[in-house]
Amino acid sequence: MDDSKRLVTMANQIAAFFKPYAEEDAIKGTYDHLIQFWDPRMRVKMIAHVEAGGDGLSPIALAAAKLLKKPASAA
Amino acid sequence: MVAPFYQDLGTPARQSATDVTLEIDGVSVTVPAGTSVMRAASLAEIPVPKLCATDSLEAFGSCRLCLVEIDGRRGTPASCTTPVEPGMKVHTQTDKLAKLRKGVMELYISDHPLDCLTCSANGDCELQDMAGAVGLRNVRYGYDGENHTHLEKDESNPYFTFEASKCIVCSRCVRACEEQQGTFALTIGSRGFQSHVSAGVEENFLESECVSCGACVNACPTATLNEKTIIEAGQPNREVLTTCAYCGVGCSFKAELQGDKVVRMTPWKDGKANHGHSCVKGRFAWGYATHKERITKPMIRAKITDPWQEVSWEVAINHAASEFKRIQAKYGRGSVGGITSSRCTNEETYLVQKLIRAAFGNNNTDTCARVCHSPTGYGLKTTFGTSAGTQDFDSVHEADLIMVIGANPTDAHPVFASAMKHRLREGAQLIVVDPRRIDLVRTPHVEAQHHLQLMPGTNVAVINAIAHVIATEGLLADQYIAERCEEADFKLWLDFIKKPENSPEATEAMSRVPAAELRAAARLYAGAKNAAIYYGLGVTEHSQGTTTVMAMANLAMATGNIGRRGVGINPLRGQNNVQGACDMGSFPHELPGYRHVSDDITRKLFEDAWGVTLDPEPGLRIPNMFDAAIDGTFKGIYVEGEDIVQSDPNTIHVQAAMAAMECVVVQDLFLNETASYAHVFLPGSSFLEKDGTFTNAERRISRVRKATPPVNGLADWEITMALSNALGYPMTYTHPSEIMDEIARLTPGFKGVSYALLDGLGSVQWPCNDAAPLGTPTMHIGGFVRGKGKFMITEYVPTEERTGARFPLLLTTGRILSQYNVGAQSRRTHNSMWHDEDVLEIHPFDAENRGIRDGDRISLNSRVGEITLPAKISDRMQPGVVYTTFHHPETGANVVTTDFSDWATNCPEYKVTAVEVRQTNQYSDWQANNDDFRVQTKRIATAAE
Ligand code: SF4
Ligand code: SF4
Ligand code: SF4
Ligand code: FES
Repeated sequence: MDDSKRLVTMANQIAAFFKPYAEEDAIKGTYDHLIQFWDPRMRVKMIAHVEAGGDGLSPIALAAAKLLKKPASAA
Repeated sequence: MVAPFYQDLGTPARQSATDVTLEIDGVSVTVPAGTSVMRAASLAEIPVPKLCATDSLEAFGSCRLCLVEIDGRRGTPASCTTPVEPGMKVHTQTDKLAKLRKGVMELYISDHPLDCLTCSANGDCELQDMAGAVGLRNVRYGYDGENHTHLEKDESNPYFTFEASKCIVCSRCVRACEEQQGTFALTIGSRGFQSHVSAGVEENFLESECVSCGACVNACPTATLNEKTIIEAGQPNREVLTTCAYCGVGCSFKAELQGDKVVRMTPWKDGKANHGHSCVKGRFAWGYATHKERITKPMIRAKITDPWQEVSWEVAINHAASEFKRIQAKYGRGSVGGITSSRCTNEETYLVQKLIRAAFGNNNTDTCARVCHSPTGYGLKTTFGTSAGTQDFDSVHEADLIMVIGANPTDAHPVFASAMKHRLREGAQLIVVDPRRIDLVRTPHVEAQHHLQLMPGTNVAVINAIAHVIATEGLLADQYIAERCEEADFKLWLDFIKKPENSPEATEAMSRVPAAELRAAARLYAGAKNAAIYYGLGVTEHSQGTTTVMAMANLAMATGNIGRRGVGINPLRGQNNVQGACDMGSFPHELPGYRHVSDDITRKLFEDAWGVTLDPEPGLRIPNMFDAAIDGTFKGIYVEGEDIVQSDPNTIHVQAAMAAMECVVVQDLFLNETASYAHVFLPGSSFLEKDGTFTNAERRISRVRKATPPVNGLADWEITMALSNALGYPMTYTHPSEIMDEIARLTPGFKGVSYALLDGLGSVQWPCNDAAPLGTPTMHIGGFVRGKGKFMITEYVPTEERTGARFPLLLTTGRILSQYNVGAQSRRTHNSMWHDEDVLEIHPFDAENRGIRDGDRISLNSRVGEITLPAKISDRMQPGVVYTTFHHPETGANVVTTDFSDWATNCPEYKVTAVEVRQTNQYSDWQANNDDFRVQTKRIATAAE
């Protein structure tokens, strides 16, 4: 199973929920969600996916994922 | 049969602002207006003989045994049907009455088999008691006249018998079935001497409409309706008060025992969730606790293909601990985790998350609420500020409009459904939003005003459309919104919801709900004085589960239906302790009390109490654990009480994840499907064998009390402690009450909770703290927990799971009354007589198109897997929608469900899978392989030393 594809789907779903809000709020809502609910290894994977071009991410998901920083305690 | 004479006050309590004082046998008594003379007399400890009256049912006045004399009144009125009046002077013991009562008893006894000494009700028979109470010494009519003693016994029901020859036609059973249960299965046929009780139209009990709730058996004053366990074992000699371990209603029960053997579970009259009622599961389906397949010795094995080796507790625990340590040393701290079940007690769940956070040193803890009500937590916390339902169950008695969304209460929450049906029979109106015509849509004396039969996956569109009608037709509760909700968020929402794409006319194309009907339902909801929403997994188990929860919250705020009795947003929780499991910090991002792990103050509180440093990052949720296992970063798991392999979606994916792990530790009663992948098996204890608490769907914390010793030797909390100690993190509790004390110290909403308090009050609803020392039945009175209510924009985003040419039908899954979840418990009882396999319900139209007949074996295919099962032709769904249950591991319903999940919580989308069905005559490949695998992985080697 392609794990990063699954993470892309999940990030896009989150972004789709926040999309009706103003763009800035939507990006923040999505980013906060990733920080609060995604285990560090998922975020590390997402950072790698963004670095590789962020294929498949919606504009809001991509903007939010770009804000992610490598977590200190990534397992 | 249950309550001894002295406990039964004869007729139900009445509430009234006015008190009435009267005199009974010279004793002055004051009772609320509307109380019967019988109840008033009982309260004054002057019990009046009775047979047809019991305080769980309205008086009927048929037996004529409870006659009294009242000064100034002619005749001898029945005390059960006569209400008290001020200044009344009642006489219960006069010569005239004694003679009349004796005469009545003589008639009863002359038509009753006098086998008292060998009767199963001997010592617990009200007829026997009354013969004594009225001083019956002989029967003038003799026993030779025409009588009913030859009538046959109906033993068709697996749990109770109906012995017609002992029936005194008091109609208590008939009334219990109507008033308490609401099934109307029983009737009194004919009149006079010919009158008799029958289940339906002269069918036996098993074939009738009877749902085996046991209410009639409780109500019967004789041995006519009697539990088979009592017939076999005799009367109990002790009792222990405890809580049902099945569904989220959380019924209180008396476990009645002979020594250490449970002989009956009787619903407790003072139980605040059930008021003396029960369903077939809690009342009768407890035999699994002593089932022969129960594992009672710890076991280990090197590979899952090896047979299990029985070992001592010490060996098993040390092996598990050393494996977890080895894995962490090799793959990192985050490579192990644990899962608890909502079937575990609060104390057990708390301990497991503590072990994971403190001994494993990470936050990889989750609970099966992930796959059911996690969207409820997220959605209600965001909008209202608390992750819980807003009302107590009794609040339904004040609802004028009940909206049931994606729930099937008569099957999944039967005792609450009975309360709801009671209210509906009193005239409350009903809207059902469900793809399937559930029983509640039309049941005796109840009919939904509207059934919005939507397509699976369109909840958000439908709830938005209801809100659109309310917002555009001037039905908003403007003052409530202005006072109690965030203004800016409301305005954003209002602009959104008024958009034409949210109108019923626009959403009809996808939801298939006729716009006119939806508009009418919306007006009904908005116009009701008190409108209450009840919902279940048909709301949460979708890719937009959380959005629907928020949309319902918006609807309730928009109409002012939060913050008093009779209203609210009420999740019907699937399993007994879903609420508790969430409260106890089982989620990977939250410490107990719903506080995020990144919150420094909360972490510090727990770090100080536990003496460890806690990880500030969220851990893996269950589906993320599976993905990480396949990815190679998650290698060990401790699973207590949960069968993830059977219950989680996309079984083939889950099986691959489990097979990729190096150490799987399963703690359970049985070798379940997950245990097939385990390396260590720790035998668990049943709810009858341990102390603890469960928290039901209305936030009610109730005690679970140890009735019998654990057959496996240790209670589950002791097993978790042993594992933690072996991992090097000491735990030293001597009783679960100490665990609850720790929870109370660390969790503001539980501050006032203790076993002493629970013993005193019977149960308590959290928050229970200094502000609410006796608990909180209704939340958000006067203001929301978060301050002001927050409207959220809930745009409808269709799921990516779509039908098409290959998979043209939509599959949705659910539950039935007699089975429970993965069936580990209920399948090991006689309940399987009602449901011994999962079937696929398919509309006649879809069946005919595919040449499928009722009972045919069919193949059910989705893009992730295939199973076969029998077809059942049913028009409960619309054409295009098929339905099944997931109670049987041999069927493997979750082989076809996909890994799409809720955007916010990863709660799986069980309710929408695109499928195709066709006739077949063989098992699917998965079923055939899995059958072999199950046999191979469940082998136990003869005891090894
Ligand atoms: S067991 Fe319940 S449903 Fe069945 S007849 Fe008795 S009261 Fe009615
Ligand atoms: S079965 Fe029992 S409760 Fe029902 S009418 Fe007969 S005696 Fe009364
Ligand atoms: S299964 Fe639910 S409704 Fe039935 S007895 Fe148990 S708690 Fe009550
Ligand atoms: S108890 Fe009152 S008439 Fe039967």
